This record gives sequence, structure tokens and C-alpha cells, in this order.
Amino acid sequence: MHKLATETVDWAAIREDFPILRERAHGHPLIYFDSAATSQKPRVVIEALRNFYEHDNANVHRGLHTLSSRATEAYEKARQRVADYIGAANANEIIFTRGTTESINLVAQAWGGKFIREGDVILLTVMEHHSNLVPWQLLAERTGARLRFVPVRDDGTLELDELPSLLTPDVKLFALTHISNSLGTINPVAELCEKAHAVGALTLVDSAQSAGHMPIDVRELGCDFLAFSGHKMCGPTGIGALYGRAAILDSMSPWHGGGEMIVSVALEKSTFKKAPHRFEAGTPNIAGAIGLAAAIDYIEGIGRPAIFEHDSQLARYAAERLTELPGTRVFGPNEERGALVGFVMDAAHPHDLTTFADQYGLAMRGGHHCNQPLMRRFGVSGTTRASFYFYNTMEEIDRMIEILHRALRFFS
Amino acid sequence: MRENRIASEVVSMEIEELYQEVILDHSRRPRNFGELPDAAVRVRGDNPACGDEIHLAVKFDPGGGLEDIKFTGRGCAISQASASLMTMKLKGKSRAEVIEMLRAFHDLVTEEISEAPKTLGDLRVMQGVRKFPQRVKCAMLPWRAVEQALEQRAGEATVSTEPD
Repeated sequence: MHKLATETVDWAAIREDFPILRERAHGHPLIYFDSAATSQKPRVVIEALRNFYEHDNANVHRGLHTLSSRATEAYEKARQRVADYIGAANANEIIFTRGTTESINLVAQAWGGKFIREGDVILLTVMEHHSNLVPWQLLAERTGARLRFVPVRDDGTLELDELPSLLTPDVKLFALTHISNSLGTINPVAELCEKAHAVGALTLVDSAQSAGHMPIDVRELGCDFLAFSGHKMCGPTGIGALYGRAAILDSMSPWHGGGEMIVSVALEKSTFKKAPHRFEAGTPNIAGAIGLAAAIDYIEGIGRPAIFEHDSQLARYAAERLTELPGTRVFGPNEERGALVGFVMDAAHPHDLTTFADQYGLAMRGGHHCNQPLMRRFGVSGTTRASFYFYNTMEEIDRMIEILHRALRFFS
Repeated sequence: MRENRIASEVVSMEIEELYQEVILDHSRRPRNFGELPDAAVRVRGDNPACGDEIHLAVKFDPGGGLEDIKFTGRGCAISQASASLMTMKLKGKSRAEVIEMLRAFHDLVTEEISEAPKTLGDLRVMQGVRKFPQRVKCAMLPWRAVEQALEQRAGEATVSTEPD
């Protein structure tokens, strides 16, 4: 057992903040290694939701009564909290969405629908999650735009040597993930955004796997859009955000029509509010936004540099120990990796492995992880993924290795 | 090998039932695995939940029964064993028998029945799947493909464990 270097944080006390970690599965203490799918929630987030519904619940931006004022204030404060968290210049650059998927669809429809023409190129990478692939396929079908892909090397990093031939002046948008949800690769997004801007392309960063795990500053990254989900960073499900540079958001047409997003409506025609409200038709997920702000407060209380160090140490330790298991192939880069490790074992298919592990209380994910093209590139139909967060421990990884040894004996 | 498993390593009744020795054996050495060059129907069965696929090839006898049946593809122990056991069971069966078997097998892996029908024979080892609702699709994948093959009678088709 190695000791974590980040000794300044009391990680054991932090575990106590997560009531669900006391659960048992099949008679064993729960080992939750599926945080890349969704993270667990600390008590303060659960209490923030409860507090809102018990004391402040009302609709936002439309009531003149006390509760509506409180709800509106809390909702807009949450927007400011998100803006500060990712270094946005202004809260108006934050649109609340249901999550990363909706954020990317918003850009594909409201920006892409207006500015993308036949023959334009959207540049993506082979490691994109389906949520940063399918919306662009739909856009390409509608507009006649073309998709291009940065290949992935055997070590799980992007084949950047090919970038000059891919990132040409007909590229209008380069959309890529910050951290791969299957490989754990951390892409050099700041450098790539700069290169994209040099040919006149805009950039979108899928921050689903990075927003809760490392410091993010959109101005340092230099991206035009950034999308992330609350539920992967201690927040509730159904809330996420899209950051968009103010000038770009204001140039975009609405995508959903309805209440909240209009200035005035006549029977034949309406005029619309500016961003962000232009893109938030209907009653938003008010409690979700407030819960997300509570999650951000909680994460900031620990500190993202410490979380990043903790999580990457876990991931590197897991990747290293997995190589002890005969017939096991670990995916992704060796040196630097996000908080997850994907692997396959000759002895057992990912679904058999995860069913087996579950019997010991170990929750992992098996399958293609919404990364089918990437799985094909590596010649597998799926992998088993163990993904970590700051509430996980080295001891849990040791236990995982023990369970995998058992699986090896059982299946071979 | 199963002999390696010492008593303290019994995982749980459910797991032991799910992965019976017969199932592990069929998943490691699937029977009727391979190409069928003169097949009348080829069906690709997909399980989009995991990306697994099975390619089933069927040759009919003059009466419409299954003269020969083979499969290729890749998947978990459950889908591979299910396909292997299924092809052994269905080879030489009439259309009506196949349809009856399909229904019985579906019930076996989805419903609380006290005693599995004897007609299912070896297929009864798949009963443990019932306790793992997420794995029913794995067991049913080859059966969905054979069902499609019967409907198809000739040519090629694709079938999925997910409804359209």
C-alpha cells in the first residue's frame, strides 16, 4: 500500500460526507468505482436541495412575491458561482442545461444551425463520447457539412502529427474532449484551441470528465465553448452548463422556444432576450442549479489541485497494479491520466467481470462507454472501467485487484 | 479450471448458478462456431448495450426446419454459451419445435417457474440468468437472431436486443 502525497487533506473525513458510501452490496462494503458515469453526492448537496424545497421553492424571474425573489436570487447566484468556478468573465456566459449532452446539442443547433454551411468542416477526435459525436453527425446531415477526426495513437493520446493536414481553414469548429472517458487521456486543449483559432475555427471543450477533477479556466484554455455536467462533480442529475463566449452567444439564434426566453410575444412573431436567458426556455432546473452551486462550494472547500493529485495518483496506482494480472491489457497513457482506468482481461468479458465484481460490492462499468468508434479503433467491443473520485482510497484499489485475481481464477 | 476453486472461494449461490461449469465450458469452447457457406439466411444480432454481436447462419431443410445452424461473433460468457447450447439444441428441429423452444427458453430466463420444462434439456443450465435481469439480453441475443432467421427464410438481416 502506497501513501498518498496529498496529506494536507483529511480524505478519511471527506468520505464521511457521503452517506451512500456506507451502503453495502451483496453483503460487502460498497466500493464505488463508477464516478465517471456519475459521482456520489455529499450531504451538503442533498441538504441544499432539501433546503430549497422546504424554504425557497417558487418559479424564477416571474413572481413578485417573496419566495420567487429568493428562488430567483439563489438561481442567479448559482450562475455566478458556475462562472467563477470556470473562470468565465461574466455570469451571462453561463447557460444552464440538463448536462454535457444538452450543452453540446445546444451549440450544434443554435450555433451550427446558423453558421454552418455545406462544405464546412467540423473537426472532432476518434476518442469523443457519443454526445460529442452524434450532434455533429446530425448537423452534418442537415447542412452538408463534413466531419473530420484526429486519430488516436496506440498509447491513447491524440495523433497530433496529423493535425496540420486536418486543421485547415475550412474547419469552422474543433470540438474535443478534455479527458477521455474511456482512456483517461488528458488532451492538451489550451494548445489545440490556440491552433484552431489560428485557422479561424471556434473551439468546444467537452469538460464532462474534467470539470469536477481539476482546475478549469476557460480564458486560460482559450476555448469558445465548454460543456459539463453537474452530476459527475457531486451535483444533482439533470443540471449542467454551457459556457459560451459572450459575443458568440449573442450572435446565436434561440433553439428552444417558450416562456422565460422572450422579450415580447405577438401571435405571429416574438423578440428574444439576450444570452443566457435566450437559451433557457421554460422553467429551468432551479433546485438543480442551486445543488450544483453547493457542489461547487464543496469541491472548492477541498481544492481542485488536491483533488486532481489525489485522483490521478489513484488512477496511476490502479493502472500499475492491473499489470500484475496475467492477460490484462490496460488502455490509456502511462504517465499522466485522469481519474479512471480502462482494461480488458483475456479470461473474462467486461460484462462477466462486472457482474462478478458486483458480487463483492465492487461497482465498475463494463461496455463501450458511449465510445464505440474508439473501441473499434482498439479492436475491442468494450472494456471494464474503474473510475475514481476523491472519496476513493488506495485500499479500495488493492481490494479491486484481489477481486480481479479471484475473477481470473473463476473464469479461466 | 473449476478444481482450482477452493471452498472459501465460493462467490455466491447466484454467481455459481449463473456461471455453471457447462456454461463456462461452452463459452470457452463454443460448439457450432464457424462459417456455414451454403446458408440460406444470415442474421446479425446486436446488443447495443455492450457492443456484442453474433452472426448466425442457418440452412433450412425442405420442410422449413433447421438443417444446420452455425454462429460466429464475440460476446460475454452468457451470450456465447447461450448461442453454443442453442445451436446444439436446435439443429435438426422442425419450425414448430424451434418456435416452441424459443418461447420456453424466454420463460426460463425471465420468469419465476419452479421447474424448467424437460424439453429444454441442457438449456436449463441458463436458468440462473433470471437472477440477473441486466443479463437476460445476453442470453436472448442468439435466440432473437434465430427468431429473425425463421421470419426471414432467405437473405440477410439484422436484429437488435433493443426495440427500434
